Amino acid sequence: MVAVKMQSCLLSVLLLNVYYTFVSSLYFHIGETEKKCFIEEIPDETMIIGNYRTQLYDKQKEEYLPATQGLGMFVEVKDPDEKLILSRQYGSEGRFTFTSHTPGEHQICLHSNSSKFALFSGGMLRVHLDIQVGEHTNNYAEIAAKDKLTELQLRVRQLVEQVDQIQKEQNYQRYREERFRQTSESTNQRVLWWSIVQTLILVAIGFWQMRHLKSFFEAKKLV
Amino acid sequence: MGSNDRKYCPRRYQIISLAILPPAKMRSFNRAVRVLVQMLWAHLLFGWAFGSELTFELPDNAKQCFYEDIIIGTKCTLEFQVVTGGHYDVDCRLEDADGTVLYKEMKKQYDSFTFTAAKNGTYKFCFSNEFSTFTHKTVYFDFQVGEDPPLFPNENRVTALTQMESACVSIHEALKSVIDYQTHFRLREAQGRSRAEDLNTRVAFWSIGEAFILLVVSISQVVLLRSFFSDRKTTTTRVGS
Repeated sequence: MVAVKMQSCLLSVLLLNVYYTFVSSLYFHIGETEKKCFIEEIPDETMIIGNYRTQLYDKQKEEYLPATQGLGMFVEVKDPDEKLILSRQYGSEGRFTFTSHTPGEHQICLHSNSSKFALFSGGMLRVHLDIQVGEHTNNYAEIAAKDKLTELQLRVRQLVEQVDQIQKEQNYQRYREERFRQTSESTNQRVLWWSIVQTLILVAIGFWQMRHLKSFFEAKKLV
Repeated sequence: MGSNDRKYCPRRYQIISLAILPPAKMRSFNRAVRVLVQMLWAHLLFGWAFGSELTFELPDNAKQCFYEDIIIGTKCTLEFQVVTGGHYDVDCRLEDADGTVLYKEMKKQYDSFTFTAAKNGTYKFCFSNEFSTFTHKTVYFDFQVGEDPPLFPNENRVTALTQMESACVSIHEALKSVIDYQTHFRLREAQGRSRAEDLNTRVAFWSIGEAFILLVVSISQVVLLRSFFSDRKTTTTRVGS
């Protein structure tokens, strides 16, 4: 009886531990005052969901344990025009969402809000991060439940979302290519103007020098 | 499989089992837990594999490392590409859980490396820009671990996929590769575009700067020449009087 209870308790603890570890698996280390930024180049009307989880190094147990309550992360998101579209502080575990309104490079920056330096004590903070873009943000289980879709319908819905994303990206590509073309045209114009103006300046300076020196030497009665 | 598993069965559970159960039942309990852990790892291997793609900035003389816990037998792919900066090259290094170097390349612009995890544990890959003195680089990487999770998490198929469903699956795979190609194209194009914008600003500054230098040099030439002749004039007058 005790063994069965222990087993079920252990099973639930194991499942929790396993789920906990697998929420976001890629991780990196960040210093106390360090700011880590990631760039996402996305078309407009694209949703981004970011999940993060932090762990602090415990010197006594010599392993990384979930961070204490006071420790949070500041998340800042800047759009391609350097305007801040999201600036919020989350706890040691957080999830941030935003939708882009202009296509381009969005910058997602994370830094810890630790003011109590003793918390870190010279160690590093381990941050698990997972960023989902566009079609990957859809929770298909939720969509299936909400719209009561059959399996085939759900698959087709996924394909529709994917094709949507491809279309948005193609649109963005056309916009980028136009910008690239404008930049090249502008460079072309500038080089053309520069070469003409430089030649004119050179010729004008030459004339002025000769005339000035000639009048100078005539004044000095050397010519 | 048994010995590997012992290494991987979390220590705290073994301790709990030792503390609470009498030694007679402990062995069978431990076996049950081990089987459970094996099953769970297998379930994870099947159901929870995923990938991460990130673009980050690597300052000069800096190194950035990422870590990931991988289960044995998972097929993983690491792809990276340098988007902007200098000669568009970076050092990359991939180590497995024991520190054995699986992949190491210096000054590479883009590459793709596929491997199957031979050990359980934390794999580490690092990008280094330590060879560069003042150019910072933007690096894109895509680390795929295992297959994508299936659309239906509790997929217990008793029948094979219908023709429609398998058509959907193949379209899904094709679209995934289209999106992948789009990403690579975008990165290449970003490279070209940033170079072009750099060139544009550089041409503007250089033309203004050069016009200015030209004027300054020509005027100072004339002034210098005048000064040579002015000195001789004063000496001649002094000698004359």
